[in-house]
Amino acid sequence: MPQHSYGAIPWIGLTVLLPLLGFLVNGTLALVRPQAKRVVSLVGTGVLLASFIVAVLVVLQLRQETLIGPYTVTFWHWIVVDTLQIDFAFALDHLSAVMLLVVTGVGFLIHVFSVGYMREDPGYARFFAYLNLFIVFMLLLVLGSTVPLMFVGWEGVGLCSYLLIGFWYEEKANADAGKKAFIVNRIGDFGVLLAMFILWTSIHTLNFAVIAERAPTMLEAGGPVVTMVTLFLFLGCVGKSAQIPLYVWLPDAMAGPTPVSALIHAATMVTAGVYLVARTNVLFAMAPLSSTLVAGIGALTALFAATIGLRQYDIKKVLAYSTVSQLGYMFIGVGTGAYVAGVFHLVTHAFFKALLFLGSGSVIHAMHQAYHATHAHEDAQDMRNMGGLHRYMPWTFALMTIATLAIAGVPPFSGFFSKDEILAAAFARGAEHPVFYLFWGMGLVGALLTAYYMARLLTMTFLGDNRTGTAEQEHLHEAPWVMTAPLVVLGALSLAGGILNLPAFVGGHHALETWLDPVFEPAKKFSQLVMPHGSTELLLIGGAVVIAVIGLVAGIRGTLVRPIVVAKNAPAEMGFARVLFNKYYIDELYQFLIVSPIVGLSRLVLWKGVDQSVVDGFFVNGSAALMRGLGWLGSRLQTGQVGVYVILFLVGVVWILGSVLR
Amino acid sequence: MTAAVFYLLGASAIASALLCITRKNPVSSALWLVSTMFALAGIYVLLHAQFIAVFQVLVYAGAVMVLFLFVIMLLNLGREASDVRGKPAWALAAAVMVILGAQFFAVWHYTPAQMASEQHSGAAVADPLAFFPNNALAAEAARPDDAFGALSASLFQNYLVPFEITSVLLLVAAIGAVVLAKRRI
Amino acid sequence: MLLGPALALSAILFSIGVAGVLLRRNAIVLFMCIELMLNAVNLSFVALAQVHGLGGQIMVFFVMTVAAAEAAVGLAIILAIFRHTQSVDLQNINVLQG
Repeated sequence: MPQHSYGAIPWIGLTVLLPLLGFLVNGTLALVRPQAKRVVSLVGTGVLLASFIVAVLVVLQLRQETLIGPYTVTFWHWIVVDTLQIDFAFALDHLSAVMLLVVTGVGFLIHVFSVGYMREDPGYARFFAYLNLFIVFMLLLVLGSTVPLMFVGWEGVGLCSYLLIGFWYEEKANADAGKKAFIVNRIGDFGVLLAMFILWTSIHTLNFAVIAERAPTMLEAGGPVVTMVTLFLFLGCVGKSAQIPLYVWLPDAMAGPTPVSALIHAATMVTAGVYLVARTNVLFAMAPLSSTLVAGIGALTALFAATIGLRQYDIKKVLAYSTVSQLGYMFIGVGTGAYVAGVFHLVTHAFFKALLFLGSGSVIHAMHQAYHATHAHEDAQDMRNMGGLHRYMPWTFALMTIATLAIAGVPPFSGFFSKDEILAAAFARGAEHPVFYLFWGMGLVGALLTAYYMARLLTMTFLGDNRTGTAEQEHLHEAPWVMTAPLVVLGALSLAGGILNLPAFVGGHHALETWLDPVFEPAKKFSQLVMPHGSTELLLIGGAVVIAVIGLVAGIRGTLVRPIVVAKNAPAEMGFARVLFNKYYIDELYQFLIVSPIVGLSRLVLWKGVDQSVVDGFFVNGSAALMRGLGWLGSRLQTGQVGVYVILFLVGVVWILGSVLR
Repeated sequence: MTAAVFYLLGASAIASALLCITRKNPVSSALWLVSTMFALAGIYVLLHAQFIAVFQVLVYAGAVMVLFLFVIMLLNLGREASDVRGKPAWALAAAVMVILGAQFFAVWHYTPAQMASEQHSGAAVADPLAFFPNNALAAEAARPDDAFGALSASLFQNYLVPFEITSVLLLVAAIGAVVLAKRRI
Repeated sequence: MLLGPALALSAILFSIGVAGVLLRRNAIVLFMCIELMLNAVNLSFVALAQVHGLGGQIMVFFVMTVAAAEAAVGLAIILAIFRHTQSVDLQNINVLQG
């Protein structure tokens, strides 16, 4: 019987190796020849394209295989201690295949966009080195066959996120934002570590496939162990995917270049939490308490972040809160047990949110150039300074409109299908646990607000009269093709992304659901979800669509009804709007409750008390003084008198002889 | 007869040594030391070490002590006050002498077996002949007529390298003495 | 053989040498006391050579050589010091104090 060849699948390591190569080349260039931008562009985007092609070949091959469990490629034994054996191995299954395509595909488009966006930046080579490194770690996260290897990627993307948020580190605010992201994420990482420890002690494995195999038999469903593991895992997800209460880093992360916001803080890295929950679906399915918490946090975040988004003026901040909110939807999905819906929304969100960010990047790019040309020092990201841009940037406007309709959930755009599926699942779960009706309601209100703030963003930016300034208007123009082309591709994907998982009522076959079925099969034993059918389904959908349309219309009308004042002359916000504008003062609250006490403790107790007086004063200077004293004592013996030396010498001789002869 | 001569020479050596360390005048100290060395030379003969005895007289009493006397006279010492220390030093010297002497006598009971057990190296070393493995030479030294032959064979065969190194040492000492003692080189 | 009495004599002579070092201040006399101690050790080497082989006598030979070299260098040093301080009294020589 001939050996089965598996086609391109064994070459999966290339998808990671190529970006790693790109990182090495670009990193070297960044150090020795930063001006070699042409080579950097070719290498940086080329490796991603190659990686994407390999990924496509791999996934095409995977379609033809009938695998039981993931296809694992082991490279070497990484950690071997007693019974603990962790391989450096990649595991390809249907879920990681989806992520593989999203990461390399969307990643490639964003790399191309960056070629135009970062063209003038002196740190061009460094930027591409970081981006390539990010892809490496993201793929490690996705493909890692064990929790520790996934954790390497998990930490690695955190590192790249930190590096890229603080990319323009000359400004303190940017560096601070990077630190904030890093530190807040640490809280979550601690959860993942604890989960790992508990997993090891309870079921003696850290391999995802083996976990899925053993957990149902070795752990008690709904028991304390599995609940603890999932809660700690979810703590990691809360950090990485910016959910309440650890969401605060993501809006600040917008300090990085816009392609970074698109790639890391919208399309890929922040969805790692959703991916992790989906990856460990068995555990979450066995822990209904944790799952409910996941959905609850998701719903709360979805609503909460959406309200903040209502009153932001920075175009990227609006999108940031929108991302937080949309991630909340994904968690509603995976928390409800509708893992496919969560992953589906993850994919469509990657499309339309990347498009939104890149579109906003295009706008910021144009605004920045206009202000740069007239030497004005206005905020290029403030929507109050925009308006009427559809005349100057028609392509961007058209594509942003598609993305807005997609995120608002208007059929037939991609976001409609995924969001609808999540809400329908939450509604269906409500029959079992009434609290899910609440989550469903929160999601619905969140959808209304989403439509409103997205319409507001679109209106303030592209419609109405231009407020940039007469001199600047001459310099406003569409971005170069290298930036627009990725937008077009993403626009097409946002438009048609719903095809991936068309529901039955429009004649679809739930393609994604069928595709992912092997991955989520084990979870079904523990939580069976009966999706609504027939009139209920149509009613839900109709309601969602009506809400989206109401939100959109209200957003456009509400924004156009009053003239908008440019940012520098804008009056202070009043009333509840002011609370929203200041993001519920959450940052200030954290500052007061957590940061200030820790800083005070560090400064007064640890620094002045422990370090300066105890460590420096007692141990460092004290030991020095002790040695000096002993030295002084010893120097007293050095009288220079030979007689004294002889006596001491003899005392030594007598002593040694005495001890030997004892 | 041998024992009587030995004890006579031993008593003379001790008396000379005591006088050597107590005479105020350095010259008389040196001469009493020469006396000690002659007595020792005689004892060496009794102990079957004729070569060493000759050497003792030639090198020690002849050369080294002459050098001492030469330096004493060169520096014109001996006319000043005594260099012997006071009462506390006498007490200390007596105490050390007694303690150290007692310890040396205690060595008497310190057998190779004890040393071996202290080194945890087992009983193999406990045999004195195993501890000093050169017992073939001991047998040879027992023949009085061949003592010189045995000694030179040993010196120029077994100990040739240390012997040559000694010559280098003497050369270095000679050069060093010249460098140190000369006013200007 | 006379091994025991010879070793006892050696111990006594060595102790006398040590006492002399403690008793005298004159550097040259101190040297002579050291020579006395070396002689005492030589005696025990010779005595033990009767039992354990001729290595002991060879060692005496080396000790004598070293003693000669030491006397030459040591006396040269004393000469140099005397030239410097006009004294060989150890109480006056204490430039090495700490």
